[in-house]
Amino acid sequence: MAKRTPKRTGAAVARDVPISMPLLEVRDLTVEFATRRGTVRAVEHVNVTVGKGETLGIVGESGSGKSVTSFAVMRILDRAGRIAQGSVLFSGVDLTTTSDADMRDLRGREMSMIFQNPRAALNPIRKIGRQIEDVLLQHAQVGNQDVGEHAIQMLEQVRIARPRERYHAYPLELSGGMCQRVVIALALACRPQLLIADEPTTGLDVTTQKAVMDLVVELTRERGMSSILITHDLGLAAAYCNRVVVMEKGRVVETAKAETIFTKPAHAYTRKLMRATPRPGVSLRDLLPEGDSSRAPASKAPGTRRATGALLTVEKLVKEYPRKREVSLFTRLFGPKPPIEEEIFRAVDGVSFSINRGESVGLVGESGCGKSTTSMMLMRLIDKSSGLIMFDGEDIGEIPARDFARIPLRKRIQMVFQDPTDSLNPRYTAARAIADPILRLDDASGRDVRARCEELARRVGLPKELLDRFPHQLSGGQKARVGIARAIALKPDLVVLDEPTAALDVSVQAVVLNLLQDLKDSLGMSYLFVSHDLNVVRLLCDRVIVMRAGQIVEEGPTKQVLSDPQSDYTRELLAAIPHPPV
Amino acid sequence: MSESNSVLRHARYVVSENPVTGFAFAMFLLIAFAALFGPYIVPHDPLASDTAATLQPPSIKHWFGTDQLGRDIFSRVVVATRLDFAIAISSVILVFAMGGLAGIASGFFGGWTDRIVGRISDTIMAFPLFVLAMGIVAALGNTVTNIVLATAVINFPLYVRVARAEANVRREAGFVQAARLSGNGEFRVLLMHILPNIMPIMMVQVSLTMGYAILNAAGLSFIGLGVRPPTPEWGIMVAEGSGNIISGEWWIALFPGLALMLAVFCFNLLGDGLRDLVDPQRRT
Repeated sequence: MAKRTPKRTGAAVARDVPISMPLLEVRDLTVEFATRRGTVRAVEHVNVTVGKGETLGIVGESGSGKSVTSFAVMRILDRAGRIAQGSVLFSGVDLTTTSDADMRDLRGREMSMIFQNPRAALNPIRKIGRQIEDVLLQHAQVGNQDVGEHAIQMLEQVRIARPRERYHAYPLELSGGMCQRVVIALALACRPQLLIADEPTTGLDVTTQKAVMDLVVELTRERGMSSILITHDLGLAAAYCNRVVVMEKGRVVETAKAETIFTKPAHAYTRKLMRATPRPGVSLRDLLPEGDSSRAPASKAPGTRRATGALLTVEKLVKEYPRKREVSLFTRLFGPKPPIEEEIFRAVDGVSFSINRGESVGLVGESGCGKSTTSMMLMRLIDKSSGLIMFDGEDIGEIPARDFARIPLRKRIQMVFQDPTDSLNPRYTAARAIADPILRLDDASGRDVRARCEELARRVGLPKELLDRFPHQLSGGQKARVGIARAIALKPDLVVLDEPTAALDVSVQAVVLNLLQDLKDSLGMSYLFVSHDLNVVRLLCDRVIVMRAGQIVEEGPTKQVLSDPQSDYTRELLAAIPHPPV
Repeated sequence: MSESNSVLRHARYVVSENPVTGFAFAMFLLIAFAALFGPYIVPHDPLASDTAATLQPPSIKHWFGTDQLGRDIFSRVVVATRLDFAIAISSVILVFAMGGLAGIASGFFGGWTDRIVGRISDTIMAFPLFVLAMGIVAALGNTVTNIVLATAVINFPLYVRVARAEANVRREAGFVQAARLSGNGEFRVLLMHILPNIMPIMMVQVSLTMGYAILNAAGLSFIGLGVRPPTPEWGIMVAEGSGNIISGEWWIALFPGLALMLAVFCFNLLGDGLRDLVDPQRRT
C-alpha cells in the first residue's frame, strides 16, 4: 500500500529528510532521577537508532531503564526525572531542546505511544468513538463533519467488529484485548511516523496477545511506520522485531538483528536472559545460569512422605454466581428485591480431576476460564455451589470456608499467591509473615518460632538478615521466597501455586521455579500449578489440565498434551506462544 | 532497640523534609506541657478575683490583662489547656474505638453489619452536627462527661466512613487471603491484619478531629452548655469577654481565642506529619 503523507500544519519537524537518515536517533542519553538519597541514573549513555519502517525491540528486566528511555524520547518523564545528557534526534530535530508546545503537537501526530494497561489509558466515562475523535480534532487532522466517519474507519482498521455500534461503547463494556485495540486506534489515528509500544500485551491472554501484536505489525507495515516494542519477553521481541536492543541496569549491552541475537548472543547478560526464558526442549535446570552450583540434576529420591494414590479428588465441582448487574448502592439497599429467578453465571461448570500424592498438576487456561475460582474452592477460601472435594478421604467441600481457617486440616493445604507484593502484609516483617501460620496452627513458643523461620528462610534461599525487613524493603524475588516459605511452613500435603512467577522477571522466575521443584522433591508435596503460560507449566508439571469457560477441555500427561494436543483450543493456545528461534 | 532507633531517624527525616511538621510538633509539646504542668507554673491563682484590679490591660504583672473580676487571664488560659485537652483526647479515644471498629467491621464483613452501621451514621449525619451535640448535652445534663460523649457521637460518621473505605479495599487483598490460609479466623484477620494497615490514615483522622473536638467543646461552653463558670475554659472565657470587646477591653476574649486557634491549627498540621511518620511505604 502506498504511503500517504497527509497535510500537516505547524510542523516542527523537517519533512524532507534523506532516506538514509534514521527516523529516531538517541545519542548518548543519560536520564537522572532526583530521589531521597540523591540523584539516581536510570539510563546511562544509551545509543539507539530506529530506521524508517523498522521495528526495534528493547528488551530488559525490570529496572533496566527500557521504559525510561522511551519516556525520555516522548519527553513524558515525571517531575523528578530529567535528561541530563545526550540528544534525541527525531527526523533530524533535537527533541531535548524542542519547546513544550511543539512537543505537545508532535506527540500523537508524529509519534505516539501504547501503554501496558489499556483500560487505564482510556477515559472511562467517554465513548470510545468520541475519544478517537478528540485526538483527530486535537491535531486538526480532519474537519468537524467527517470526524465521526474517520473514527469509525479507525475502529474498522483495528478489527473491531460492528464498529458503528462500538463507537458508542464505553471502555468498561469492552474486554482487555478490545480496549488495547481502541488504544492502538487512538495511537495510529493521526498516522504518526513512530509508534512506541510499552509492554502492550502484558496482562493479556496469549491468544489475545497474538491477535494484538499481529495487528500492530500489520498496521505499522502497511503505513511504513517505525515502531519500538518494549518488552520483557524475548520470544515476543524475536517474533515481531527487526532489530533488538538488550538493556541491563540502564545501559545497552547488546544491539543486533533479531535472528542473530538469539542464535548467537554476544553479551553474557543476553545469554543469561536467553537461558532463563522457558521454551520448548529445555528442562528446568537449563534455565539457571551456567556454572550455578544448584544446577545438579534434580534428585529423584523419594520424599519423606511420598506415597501413591489420590490425595485430592474433585468431582463435578460447580461454582455459580448470580450475574452481576451494575446496581447502585441505593437500589441494592432499598430497591425492590431482585426476582428469585436470576440469571446465573457458572464460573466453574462441572469440573472433575484428581491429584496424586507427590504429583504436580498444571491447571492452564486464559483469564476468566475459572482456574482461579477452582483453586480458591480447593483452598477453601470460597464455598462451592455443588460437587465434591475429597482431600485424603475427607469431604472438605462440606466445611464452610469461614470455619476452615481454624481446623487442623488447614495445615495440610496451602497456597502461594500470584502477586508477591499483594500477598504480604505491609506492616509485617518477613519473619512475622513466615511465622504467622506457625503461630496460628502449630503450638510453638517464641524462640522455637524464630528458629523455624530461619530454617525456612534457609530452605527457600532467603538470607537470614532479610528476615527483619518489611515487604517494601525486599525485591520481587525475595518477596516471592517469603510467600513460598510461609506456604511450606507447616509442611503441607498440597500447595496451590497461583501463577507464582507471573509478576517476576525471567531470571528470577527461573530460580523460583527451580526452588519450587527442589522443595517438592525434598518435602514430598503435591502441587497444583495454576498458570496461563504453557511453557512454564511444562517445566514443572507431570500432568496438565486445560480449562476453558469453566470446563476441562483436555487433560493428560504434560508431554503428550503439549506435543500432541487433542483439542483445538489447546492447539490454539500453543500456537499463540511466541518462541525465540533456538 | 534498632527499631526505635530507625523510628527516630525516620522522624528526623520527616521533620527535615517538612519543617512545618516540626513546628507543629513543637507547638504540640508546648500545649502538652501547659496541660500537664499548667496549674503549677502559672503566676496567679486562676480563680482568685481581685476587685482592685479589674479589666487591667496586658502589663508586666498581668501578661494577658485581667477580666471583670480581676482574675489573671494568662493564668486562666494556661490552666484551661488541661480541661480542653482532656475533653478532646477522651472524646477522640472514644470515637476512635467506636467508629473505627464499627467502620472496619462494616467494610470487612459487609452485609447486615454494613447496613446497620451505615444507617446509624447516616442518622447522625442527618442533623446539623453542632445542634446535635447541643441536644445531647442539653438532654443528658450539663457535665464534662456528656461533652465528651457528644463530641464523640458527632465525629462517629467520619471515622466510620474512613475506616470502612480503607477496610473495604483490603478485604480481598492477597495478604488477607494468606492470613486466612495461615489459620486466622475472621476477627483475627480484622484486628491483626487489616487494622494495622489502616492505622496511618486513621491517625490523620485522629489529629484532624482533635482540633475539631477542642473547637466543639469550646463551642458548647461558649453557648453556656457544658463547663460552668468559674472553671477556666477557653470557650467560656471567650464568651465572657465577648461583651467587653466593644467597650475596648479586647484582651479578655482575644487571648483565649488565640489559644484555641493555635491548638486547632497545631493538630491540623500535625495530621500530615503523623501520616508520614506511620506510613511504611515512605519509610526506607
